Amino acid sequence: MAEQAIDRSKMMVSDEVAIQINNMNKWYGQFHVLRDVNMTVYKGERIVICGPSGSGKSTLIRCINRLEEHQAGQIVVDGTELTNDLKNIDKVRSEVGMVFQHFNLFPHLTILENCTLAPIWVRKIPKREAEETAMHFLSKVKIPDQAHKYPGQLSGGQQQRVAIARSLCMKPRIMLFDEPTSALDPEMIKEVLDTMIELAEEGMTMLCVTHEMGFAQAVANRVIFMDKGQIVEQNEPREFFNNPQSERTKLFLSQILGH
Amino acid sequence: MTEFTPFVRTDMLEQREPPAGQRGIILWARENLFSGPMNTALSLIGLVVILWLASHMVPWLLHGVWNANSLTECREIITATWGPDATGACWAMVRERWHQYVFGFYPMDLYWRPTLAFVLMLVAIAPILYQSLPRQMMWFTALYPFVCYWLLWGGTIWAPVVVLMGFGLFALVFRLLVSGLGVPVSAGLGLVAAAAWWLLVQTPLSAAIHSVLPVGLRSVDSDQFGGFLLSIVIGVTAIAASLPMGILLALGRKSDMMLVRTLSVGFIEFIRGVPLITLLFTASLLLQYFLPPETNFDIILRVIILVTLFAAAYIAEVIRGGLAALPRGQYEAADALGLDYWQAQRLIIMPQALKISIPGIVSSFIGLFKDTTLVAFVGLQDPLKGITAVVRADINWKGIYWEPYIFAGVIFFLICFGMSRYSMWLERKLKTDHR
Repeated sequence: MAEQAIDRSKMMVSDEVAIQINNMNKWYGQFHVLRDVNMTVYKGERIVICGPSGSGKSTLIRCINRLEEHQAGQIVVDGTELTNDLKNIDKVRSEVGMVFQHFNLFPHLTILENCTLAPIWVRKIPKREAEETAMHFLSKVKIPDQAHKYPGQLSGGQQQRVAIARSLCMKPRIMLFDEPTSALDPEMIKEVLDTMIELAEEGMTMLCVTHEMGFAQAVANRVIFMDKGQIVEQNEPREFFNNPQSERTKLFLSQILGH
Repeated sequence: MTEFTPFVRTDMLEQREPPAGQRGIILWARENLFSGPMNTALSLIGLVVILWLASHMVPWLLHGVWNANSLTECREIITATWGPDATGACWAMVRERWHQYVFGFYPMDLYWRPTLAFVLMLVAIAPILYQSLPRQMMWFTALYPFVCYWLLWGGTIWAPVVVLMGFGLFALVFRLLVSGLGVPVSAGLGLVAAAAWWLLVQTPLSAAIHSVLPVGLRSVDSDQFGGFLLSIVIGVTAIAASLPMGILLALGRKSDMMLVRTLSVGFIEFIRGVPLITLLFTASLLLQYFLPPETNFDIILRVIILVTLFAAAYIAEVIRGGLAALPRGQYEAADALGLDYWQAQRLIIMPQALKISIPGIVSSFIGLFKDTTLVAFVGLQDPLKGITAVVRADINWKGIYWEPYIFAGVIFFLICFGMSRYSMWLERKLKTDHR
């Protein structure tokens, strides 16, 4: 991964805030999953979030589009604060794309219909225009010829690329990736990561929960390590991998890089 | 070390027939009927039972008499033709009384009306059953209930027209309010407006228009309905009404809103806990106590309402099973794309949940259709008990036993089997997951 040539010309972090999280806390019943999380994401950032399972990293990014509700603190996405107001939630969700571990394509719709559904019903874009946009993004993820198949006929890697295209069709300002390659065969991981790298090269603001450390080193401008619902360490990738500060981070890195 | 001879094939082999005993019926019989001593024994016993049944039934069916005027005459013909000990079916009864099985006591000179309604029903159902038909046909489907009501019961044409205007009022209120108040509240207010229209405006308005423009058909009372006409009227209406109601109940049961959830659970569990016959008695007797004394609430309508409620509770549970089978990721993906609740339900969740539930829903429909015969207990002329009792009361057909049941049974079987085959076809057609 590291030896791959990456075009960094458009990877620029602006000083415009994309996501602001202040003192955010979340509980599942009695269990305190997220503890005093503070984080500012600037436009154009590529952030990789890693950590052991159960550390709250998925929950954190799922709070950003309100798939999970936080109980204390503040989350402001692109100037809109997430509260119980459904209008705000739908607004944020239409601005923030999300890619899931298990793709979550709609199996009863064709690939093309998967991609045009939300633009047509949420953005109220005419069908023809939505289809053109969808074909554009399907070409971008290199599967335009599968447009009229159903998700069940595609390989895992292809399905995940469709899921990325489906999110892009909404023209999101921010993309969230929740372990996008964890359910894939080794051969298919690369095709998905390549798509994500391409997206980063275009300057997309990205938050990725992933254990692909090669991807983190090549693309991320910031790596966040979480444990027990807290941000334990964050740094730029070179420092983070070569010179980790906390003992917990050192242990984690030795375990995932050690084999 | 083993030795081998180097080998290169020079001519490819042609495909050959498998050896005898390895193909066709012999192979099938050997694998399925005689694959072991146990299977062979069971097959032989089965064969004996089938032959024994056939030896009794086939002569009875073959000796059937179609031309006779009474059961006694039937028996005389059978004795004369097949000998004194012969038994035979007396289909002459069917020939003479089939119209009562089909129409009950509907006036004979008006048989064209239910017949026309039936043919139009097939046209109205077609676009629902077959997606490939032009969608414009749905307009006729939407109008059909009113046309059907008018054809079957007759009376002034303005009554169904004014009812239709009530639905128009509902749509108008919903349209005006939906952007401000959201789907549930505006639908509720629309229903209130429509109900007020039907209760307060309906009768005087239709009477007033009728006095100016008297267009109408001869009225036919509900107690003249019977046979399969009655079964199909109740069955089809209840099927059409119970599916949307079942969907709403299933969603209500999964709702986050405490009141909606409690009401849905309470309704479903109450209805499922009570036998249908109890509800039918409620329809025919108890409702009369609760309604104002001079209201004449049609008995068929009351039965339809209660059969619908009954079926809806079961269908709600079947659909809840379908909803439970959907992975959480489907809801999350719909949410993450910014679809609102009703969009997500309509576009993502329901198409999949209903597809999973097809076998259960169709089972409920088949059960519902057969349960329409229970209306005999509230004095309606269902094809099985009601009409058969009428036929047997005739001195000519007194003592006829199997033939009416076989006749009614065959028709029920054809309709139910049709539904079952359609559902299997639909399942195959909608199968897109390629598992």
